[in-house]
Amino acid sequence: MTTVTDAVTEAPATTVPEPARRKSPYPYWFILPGGVVFAVFFLVPSVMAFWFSLTRWTLFDQEFIGLDNYVQFFREPALASGLWHTLVYAVTTSGLKVVLGMALAVLLTGPILGRGFMRSVAFFPVLVSTIGVGLTFQILMHPTRGLINQALDLIGITGPAWLVDPDWALLSVAFVDVWQGVGLALVIYMAGILSIPGEYFEAAKMDGAGAWHRFRHITLPLARPATVSVILLSLIGGLRKFDLIWAMTKGGPGFTSDVMASVIYKQYQAGFYGLSTAGNVVLFLLVILIALPLFWFFNRKEDA
Amino acid sequence: MSTRTKPNVPLSALTVVLFGVVFLVPFAFIVLTAGKTAQESALLDFSWPTQWAFVENLQAVVEARDYLLIIAFINSTVLTVVSVSVVVVLAAMAGFVLQRRKSRFTRAVNLVILSGLVLPPAVVPTIWVLQKLGLFKTMPGLILVEIAYAMAFCVLLFQAFIAGIPKELDEAATIDGAGPLSLFFRVVLPLLRPIIVTVVVVQTVFIWNDFTSPLYFLPGDENATVQLTLFNFQSQYASSYNLLFMDILLVTVPPLIMFMIFQRQIVSGMVAGSVKG
Repeated sequence: MTTVTDAVTEAPATTVPEPARRKSPYPYWFILPGGVVFAVFFLVPSVMAFWFSLTRWTLFDQEFIGLDNYVQFFREPALASGLWHTLVYAVTTSGLKVVLGMALAVLLTGPILGRGFMRSVAFFPVLVSTIGVGLTFQILMHPTRGLINQALDLIGITGPAWLVDPDWALLSVAFVDVWQGVGLALVIYMAGILSIPGEYFEAAKMDGAGAWHRFRHITLPLARPATVSVILLSLIGGLRKFDLIWAMTKGGPGFTSDVMASVIYKQYQAGFYGLSTAGNVVLFLLVILIALPLFWFFNRKEDA
Repeated sequence: MSTRTKPNVPLSALTVVLFGVVFLVPFAFIVLTAGKTAQESALLDFSWPTQWAFVENLQAVVEARDYLLIIAFINSTVLTVVSVSVVVVLAAMAGFVLQRRKSRFTRAVNLVILSGLVLPPAVVPTIWVLQKLGLFKTMPGLILVEIAYAMAFCVLLFQAFIAGIPKELDEAATIDGAGPLSLFFRVVLPLLRPIIVTVVVVQTVFIWNDFTSPLYFLPGDENATVQLTLFNFQSQYASSYNLLFMDILLVTVPPLIMFMIFQRQIVSGMVAGSVKG
């Protein structure tokens, strides 16, 4: 590419038949400093994880024990349930972010005043400390005195005990995750919807298409790239979520809101480094197993 | 669907109230509780403080545990500023070459970068690496890890932006005798200003809010970051909700300032980053 100009400027001077071998203005060593940091602190640990997960490990010495860590992981209900909770959490948060993000975006791209204000208000939680959000909602979700249940009382609904109810704990954290993250889904959808030419809607209107039809046959298909982004982003984020869950429930009550990331941390704290790393590998594989088919599926459909 | 249609006033009012209640009440709750006395804050209700203790609470939070909060703010600032400055330069350099040179090698590198965006980091093996290098429980170690984790996202954003800079510019500079370094730092880097602002702002917020990496790689009180002190505060001052919420308020202020100044860059950066990812 750049060698084209090199060839033009230098061709007469050289005897080499091929384009002149002057140094490219884009040397590969530019990648090196960033690449080394990335390799040493991200790639090397990721690859080493597969080995360490097969050992009984104390950071100082390791003993090869084969697949024992994995066997233990899947045998112990407290650990294995983390896998299921992770899936429930990721799918719930992702689904709600898609539905609510799109609904709010349709609302805000409609004939409405104060659009910019509402977009800012909904987006700001994305930037706030997740620990701060978790601790705040821990108080707001207090079973009796919390603002949420007090408000529900006013309209005659007895709210659940949220974080202290084993059946609700995981979902409660997922709801807070959606509260914090829906703003990002909203701005992605708004960008997607606003890029749809207005004539499409006007033409459809003239043909007598109702609001639902316009949504179903124009907005929904043409906002597809936005949907793809929101799904991938929230699924990948949801599968590895740790800080919010740790701040709100620490995986409790019991193990009812333990996810992979909190299991990994607990095993690390307890000194079971091999087991913790096995959990990490399981999480890798889970993310790959979910993300790869989605990437493939979405790319394929876009080509078609 | 466009702005040409007349705005629907009742619907607008309803939406504004809905957004206000859902997204602003929690923040109002933080501010109000941060201004209450200890007894009043223990009621956990959403009400106007009968007696404002805002300044006292602020003082108490800052002085708590020998000014730990001040130390944490300094640590978090150092962590954020150093990590972001380094990652911006390294990612811009890498993104430049990766975008300009299309070869089998750069394509492979891009695939690896994508894995950095998708895969969860392997935490305990990272501790092992840090320990081997003598960097575990040190600020430089944590900074390097933050740089590594931010690298993928930043390189992709830079690549996307650099694709829009005409290559003829590089060629002109090269013909004028610029080497790769001066081509990059004198010609290309100044043109990257808009994307640099975006990357800096977005990464500043990410790293400032990061809780998990300091928890694993820089434990201990003497070098605590703000998110860790906030988390520990909860168990130490379990009954003083006013102080807890004052702490939450203080930790929320820096992102709020960033947001008010750079809202456009943050939103566009996150949308672009997510669409690329």
